Amino acid sequence: MPYVAVKGGEQAIRNAEALLKAKRRGDADVPELSLEQIKQQMQLAVNRVMAEGSLYDPDLAALAIKQSWGDLVEAAFLLRAYRTTLPRLYYSEPLDTSEMAIQRRISAIFKEAPGGQKLGPTFDYIHRLLDFKLAAEDNTFPAPISEEYDTAEATPRVAHMLEQEGLVMPPSNGAQGNGSQTESGMVGTAHPTGDGQRSGVEPFDITRQSLNTPTNRDARLQNLARGDEGFLLSMAYSTQRGYGKNHPFAGEIRVGEVEVSIFPEELGFEIAIADITVTEVQMVNQFKGNKEIPPQFTQGYGLTFGYNERKAMAMALVDRALQAKDLGESLDGPAQDEEFVLYHSDNIEAQGFVQHLKLPHYIDFQAELNLIRKLRSDYEHNNSQPEASEKSKKERSTAAKEATS
Amino acid sequence: MVKAEQQPSRAIWMSTLAKAPLPLLEQCVATLEDLPDYGFLRSPEIGLTMVRGRAEGTGQPFNLGEMTLTRCVVQLDQLTGFGYVVGRSKRHAELAALCDGLLQHPGWHAQVQTNVIHPLQTAAQDQRHSEVAAVESTRVNFFTMLRGES
Repeated sequence: MPYVAVKGGEQAIRNAEALLKAKRRGDADVPELSLEQIKQQMQLAVNRVMAEGSLYDPDLAALAIKQSWGDLVEAAFLLRAYRTTLPRLYYSEPLDTSEMAIQRRISAIFKEAPGGQKLGPTFDYIHRLLDFKLAAEDNTFPAPISEEYDTAEATPRVAHMLEQEGLVMPPSNGAQGNGSQTESGMVGTAHPTGDGQRSGVEPFDITRQSLNTPTNRDARLQNLARGDEGFLLSMAYSTQRGYGKNHPFAGEIRVGEVEVSIFPEELGFEIAIADITVTEVQMVNQFKGNKEIPPQFTQGYGLTFGYNERKAMAMALVDRALQAKDLGESLDGPAQDEEFVLYHSDNIEAQGFVQHLKLPHYIDFQAELNLIRKLRSDYEHNNSQPEASEKSKKERSTAAKEATS
Repeated sequence: MVKAEQQPSRAIWMSTLAKAPLPLLEQCVATLEDLPDYGFLRSPEIGLTMVRGRAEGTGQPFNLGEMTLTRCVVQLDQLTGFGYVVGRSKRHAELAALCDGLLQHPGWHAQVQTNVIHPLQTAAQDQRHSEVAAVESTRVNFFTMLRGES
């Protein structure tokens, strides 16, 4: 039975929107939030909305948070809707995260990681006690400063140390991935502008191509990068609890600014147009090896817009879990099932389908009601006549078919 | 079009203009007197750039997510100036394109370098220094304790 639309309710809908706006504003005697306040003082919310909205624009994310009354999934939805109104002009060169201007960098596997470990602004190691001083306004918190510092200090990748010893699987260049894309009929289509893309291999784009399984890592990483943090967190947690165990270590976590470069064809050379904040996580996982591959470490990778550490860590764990089939591991947990993970990770899609149940389904339900009443009366009729024949059973099933068709 | 040997410095000033905070850029441009007339060859247009990353940071490229960008092209005398800026400010794109055009002009180059590019670069550097100094103060050295030690 298809969904039957309703009409009417215009006045109530208009008033509901007006009421929402009034409630959202709250007491008029309390100063209104400015976008700049949200952008600066709710920065982690802004970052989450940019990551899940899959659009890097702190001003728009702040506006979306204000408009959504603080509902971050709704805010991400607003960004996704907005992005569809704009043309895609360029594809950036892949970010060079090795050249990140570090705001935080830690490794849980090497104490003496070259480039050092810097905690940066973090909740780690802080007691989770409510700070009642914050309830008062006009607080000032001066940033600590180190007199000696080096702006040119290099921060080589921690995983590079393992690579040099041959103890970690080297990153693939994507050639293999593209081959299997062709096999499964999901060839990356050339994008319309051609700008900024000089390598031959086009990464899969879930915003332009429909995601079919089996997937490759490029499609998975794009999906996970904009996936719901809560969903990925739970999936990641499930692997730690034994549903697809892969024994992870946080090889390296870095947060900082990286340069975004584009190559406009009309210009004829590459230019850096922005520094954006990203969080990058490289998980290192034990791998027993198989017939072809000797025992070594494997990696899970997480990369998100903004300072989004929990999400990036979860993404890296899930990315690793989803490599199970490529590594010939047994698939025992939901986090290793790409269809399950990738088709349910997007909170925009998920909230839409769950919440559409709120819309009037009067006709659909009327049909269900008629069916159940009919079945119930048949049931009661048959139970009162224990000698009910095969014939009436047949009638019952015919009636059910008629009601559903 | 610009000659090839000019491109590295042009890429640098275009990048400086793109990354500049708009209020500061406005302030710097305001110090330039008697700006020549210019018109749009391509009006400011807001669009998206798909930002790409690489698996493991060095491997297979993938699409990370999009970013807003505004671009425009201005014409002044025989020169064309291009502006590409992050975000949705048409004014920012216009000023970036204007400065790019002026910087290609022999009569304007030095002045725009001095009044616009250098102050923007200095401001960006100062900002970077204070950030690095703050982050450096959180450099950590953990000591591994022997089991049973407290």
